Amino acid sequence: MAAKTYLTHEDIAKWLEDMSAGARVLAPARVDNAVLFVPFDQHNELVLEHKATAPPKQAVFPQTETLLKYRYSKDPEHPETQSLEIREALPQDKTVVFGCRPCGARGFVIYDRVFDSDTLTDPYYKARRENTAFITLACDTAENTCFCHWVGSHPADPEGSDIVLCPVEGGYVAESVTKRGQELLDQAPGRAATSKQEEEASSIQDRVRKDLGEAPDISSVPASLLQLFDNLDFWNDVSAKCISCGACTYLCPTCYCFNITDEASGLTGKRIRTWDNCMSYLFTLEGSGHNPRMTKAHRLRNRVGHKFSYYPELHEGLFACCGCGRCIQHCPVAVDIREIILRAKESADEQSISA
Amino acid sequence: MNNPYLPDVATINEIIQETHNIKTFRVVLNNETRMQEFDFSPGQVGQLSVFGVGESTFVINSPPTRKEYLQFSVMQVGEVTTRLHSLQEGDQIGVRAPLGNAFPIESMQGKDILIVGGGIGMAPLRTLLLTVLDRRDEFGDITVIYGARSPQDLCYTYEFDMWRSQGANLVLTVDNEFPDWDGRVGFVPAVLTEEAPSPKNKVAITCGPPIMIKFVLKGLKDLGFEDEQIITTLEKRMKCGVGLCGRCNIGTHYVCVDGPVFTYAQLQALPSEL
Repeated sequence: MAAKTYLTHEDIAKWLEDMSAGARVLAPARVDNAVLFVPFDQHNELVLEHKATAPPKQAVFPQTETLLKYRYSKDPEHPETQSLEIREALPQDKTVVFGCRPCGARGFVIYDRVFDSDTLTDPYYKARRENTAFITLACDTAENTCFCHWVGSHPADPEGSDIVLCPVEGGYVAESVTKRGQELLDQAPGRAATSKQEEEASSIQDRVRKDLGEAPDISSVPASLLQLFDNLDFWNDVSAKCISCGACTYLCPTCYCFNITDEASGLTGKRIRTWDNCMSYLFTLEGSGHNPRMTKAHRLRNRVGHKFSYYPELHEGLFACCGCGRCIQHCPVAVDIREIILRAKESADEQSISA
Repeated sequence: MNNPYLPDVATINEIIQETHNIKTFRVVLNNETRMQEFDFSPGQVGQLSVFGVGESTFVINSPPTRKEYLQFSVMQVGEVTTRLHSLQEGDQIGVRAPLGNAFPIESMQGKDILIVGGGIGMAPLRTLLLTVLDRRDEFGDITVIYGARSPQDLCYTYEFDMWRSQGANLVLTVDNEFPDWDGRVGFVPAVLTEEAPSPKNKVAITCGPPIMIKFVLKGLKDLGFEDEQIITTLEKRMKCGVGLCGRCNIGTHYVCVDGPVFTYAQLQALPSEL
């Protein structure tokens, strides 16, 4: 294992500036009332004390991106003929995400299995994924809504990150996780961490893990959710206060539902992909008027089912949730996905007993 | 790297007005090599693009045995289909195909084939029918029960004689009496029950409006068909067509990748979210 590096806050500032010369560096900064990952600017103060309002999902999976560009044209000598030209628009940019939390970086590990699998490669996703490095900040506080330890992670989880920084007195103890991370760390000012600093880092991690408390065993939840599939009373009840706004989906580091639409300007235009919201009635509405997920109960059932049952069944038990808690924090009506899966577990047990 | 979102540019060679709201498009990929090498199985679907409006999913309803063109039948319902209906022969569209799975033709060999279709649901059944007719020796009796609201709502009427001459027993029905109509009168499930085909060594394939499928399935079960002997093909709203965008899944199964073709046995093992 590579030696750990100690970086002061000044070292970090210098490092970010250096990296900005060769890549798009995204770091959390205040934008209006939110903390978002935006291009690093030395005049814009970093906000690292709490996890950002939105995860760094945009870095690899932008809210809007162009897939194709097209042009219809006519040959004036043969005005009855039409021709159509289509061009791919593959992303080229190199990105470094700085200061995301382990949960935010780990989201892409969940994406990788669908966007870059044995049977399918999404070239847009893959291009950005390969060109994006994650310098992750281990957590030194556990928030009320954090539950990463429920889903197989922890506050200093290196999975999905290239470098993990652990906060200590006066700066950070940095450890590279990947070769790409080591190369970035080699460019950073800083010095070998002392054993005292390393001890401090690990004692902070121990404290945060303890603060998170015991995680319930949710390994039976995938089966519970399937068992409750036809129990619409359950789903009506847990979705009763949901207003289908979709804040949970947009802020989720593992939600990847998308829409594809065209934007035309005369005879030219582009085909774009945008984040979509499975909580919307329109998401599955068919041309005939039929809608397989017609009420919010059906839609919440699919959202929770996808994360805690369908995805794990297809991917060796891995939950499609990294426990960041943003869906809970930012839900305008305080829907709590933890409550739903725990209730599902209990209700399925009761249903089995009474059956 | 193969880009799953990149359509082939294709030319509409012929448009057939099937009914007042259904048109059939015969298209050819502009890239000759791509057209020659285009390989698919009956039941697979494609996404048609009208750039500036969007994409929608349709079954390739011509059979792999007849590859001069790819045929799609489109009912005018929403934005993309309305725009498709306004196109003319010679116009350019995008085609992303083939997508999804196909009818299990090999497992049907040596068996009698019972095709039960309603309305635009005849489109996926046409590719299957023409395939088995073109490979006539490999299958037993071929029966087609096909219904629509009125005689004017039947598609592919210009081919009925060809279907019959190639060896299909064709039973046509419409919902009500119409002048000069000499076929059956009644809903498809009722005609199925009257025909009472024996389930022995037979495969039943059905597609149509959901309410028709529901009662056809019941009718087939009443006639003694096993779940494994019944095949249907589903339709869901789709965007990506490659199992990512999150619309068409029924539990763990994505209709665009794992379907659209399912046996009744497979459907019953899925959560009920059709």
